[in-house]
Amino acid sequence: MDIHEYQAKEILSGYGVKIAEGGLAYSPEDAVQRARDIGGHIWAVKAQIHSGARGKAGGIKICKTHDEVADAAEYLLGRRLVTHQTGPAGKVCGRLYIEAGTDIAKEMYFCLLVDRSSERIVMVGSAQGGMEIEELAVNNPEAITKIYIEPAVGLLDFQAREMAFALGIDSEAMSHAVKLIRGCYRALRELDCSMLEINPLVMTGSGELLALDAKMGFDDNALFRQTKISELRDKTQEDPREMAAADRGLSYVGLDGDIGCMINGAGLAMATMDMIKLAGGEPANFLDVGGGASAERTEKAFRLVLADKNVKAMLVNIFAGINRCDWIAEGVVHAVKKIDMQIPLIVRLSGTNVEEGRKIIAESGLPIITADTLAEAAEKAVQARNEQVAKEAAAQEN
Amino acid sequence: MAILIDETTRIIVQGFTGKIGTFHAQDMINYGSNVVGGITPGKGGQKHLGLPVFNTVKEAVQQAGAEASIIFVPPAFAADSIMEAAEAGIKYCVAITDGIPTQDMMTVKSFLRRFPEDKRMILTGPNCAGTISPGRSMLGIMPGHIYMQGNVGIVGRSGTLGYEAAAQMKALGIGVSTSVGIGGDPINGSAHWVILEKFERDPETKVVVMIGEIGGPQEVDAGVFAKENMTKPVIAYIAGLTAPEGRRMGHAGAIISSASEGAAEKVAMLRDLGVTICPTPAAMGATVAEVLAKL
Repeated sequence: MDIHEYQAKEILSGYGVKIAEGGLAYSPEDAVQRARDIGGHIWAVKAQIHSGARGKAGGIKICKTHDEVADAAEYLLGRRLVTHQTGPAGKVCGRLYIEAGTDIAKEMYFCLLVDRSSERIVMVGSAQGGMEIEELAVNNPEAITKIYIEPAVGLLDFQAREMAFALGIDSEAMSHAVKLIRGCYRALRELDCSMLEINPLVMTGSGELLALDAKMGFDDNALFRQTKISELRDKTQEDPREMAAADRGLSYVGLDGDIGCMINGAGLAMATMDMIKLAGGEPANFLDVGGGASAERTEKAFRLVLADKNVKAMLVNIFAGINRCDWIAEGVVHAVKKIDMQIPLIVRLSGTNVEEGRKIIAESGLPIITADTLAEAAEKAVQARNEQVAKEAAAQEN
Repeated sequence: MAILIDETTRIIVQGFTGKIGTFHAQDMINYGSNVVGGITPGKGGQKHLGLPVFNTVKEAVQQAGAEASIIFVPPAFAADSIMEAAEAGIKYCVAITDGIPTQDMMTVKSFLRRFPEDKRMILTGPNCAGTISPGRSMLGIMPGHIYMQGNVGIVGRSGTLGYEAAAQMKALGIGVSTSVGIGGDPINGSAHWVILEKFERDPETKVVVMIGEIGGPQEVDAGVFAKENMTKPVIAYIAGLTAPEGRRMGHAGAIISSASEGAAEKVAMLRDLGVTICPTPAAMGATVAEVLAKL
């Protein structure tokens, strides 16, 4: 789960990280009021969306008068911002963070994350901040310092110092930097954060270390014990279909294709989507219905897939282990009857009680296309999709 | 031979008396697995499914000679159960539980590293379907009937995709020595290469099939291991050709967070390392048959 910059900053300031003075705004009037409260002559108006690289997408405006603040707010609120992290659909900005302008003497990069390779927390830093770390990793990998932290021991002072030196921090600011790094580590560990990035971390003209931007991502598996973090969820930043799926205990990812999928197991789901692609089609979604697919759950899954109006055919592929094919078949028949499907449905069942399952489908009297193997299922789905597209085109001509 | 488990392996079930634990313990017993009891703290001394219930794993090791354990404990408590098993002297543990916090798994791995290698418990999972040595023992939740006994080792992240592979092989008359699920989480007990190493040393296994997916470095690490250390052919299928970057595809670990973690990229790297690539998930059985025919 991701949170906004202002939320991350609020959390981190509780862990001893200094931030510039700022406030949240939902309207241009709010924004001007925040700028007044903050005072000074320069403000940053920052779009709050769940993505990095907001600057490049025009999501951060530097303003020198209250009128400029109002104009920037007017421009950004409700605007859809597209960055390379949001995908082409972009994300709509519904909140702004108004921050005091900062006198920047030096920009640095700092990040902590759970590293899959070493199975430890890795601290990543660079004296060259401001740009994206991926870019830096390609263009100038020597400028990046990585320090691995043994979870049983925790972050040690010498490691924090080593990082601070790598960031190019001078001796006057050293103790402050160590405190900031330790605070970030504590936040990561206590809050089940999987990624904490401060880019840029800045040294101000007056020698103060500030987190100018902050990004935090959290482990979904740990939200059950991080209720305060769960409350920070901003549903407007997430795909509504994926949210609806998660609320129903289903795992769904919307894609751009037009063959809807309902599969049990994440690996088999990905493999089935691969098969669709290899057969010449494009999957409309990833959907794992999980182990105990009841009739009710199956119906919910159908509704979810069919809510995507691009879908021209739907493929169900179930390999029953704990599940039983006859239960699945009953669920499918029930769902099709209840929903009044307008597009072709292809069903492939395998595993426990497969004969009983196939019999239920065959005897249902419904126009369900069946397949015995994975390859056959994908080919039939693509064929049915093509026929459906042709049919719809012909209907439109008439 | 097979690896990790056989008909003699003495198994206990952690989370024994719960609904899920009960269901699968019965299923394993029906398959012929040598289940010797289970753990439910506070219910020690009772009988469940005709077998003794213990309060602690230590008691089960001392009194029932438990060697292997399977974990059905809910996510919040699962890491603790894994570490209890390791401390009690269990040699092999399968964690079925889905949804264990990543930092808990980091702690588990750090805890396991404290033990000298010869005393360190082997862990597979979490978030997996378990391990089966067909015809001998099942330590998992898979449908046992789809596996035929034979000479092909399977290691994979996904449960149902592993079933698909076993079923395709069975349809061609090809059997399995052992099938191991390593699970779909970002930090897991054993990486692919750890299992490849065991298959390499198992005289019964002739060929290994590795079923991987997008995300993380483990498939490519396994390819490097195979190139440097294995004499047996390795066949791989990597799922997730259509998965977009930065999106989590069901499994907590199935997310492309850098360019090298996509399916096409992994396939290219594995091919360069001399691994036989299975071109489509529908050709897993046929590819194994081809490789076996050349031996």
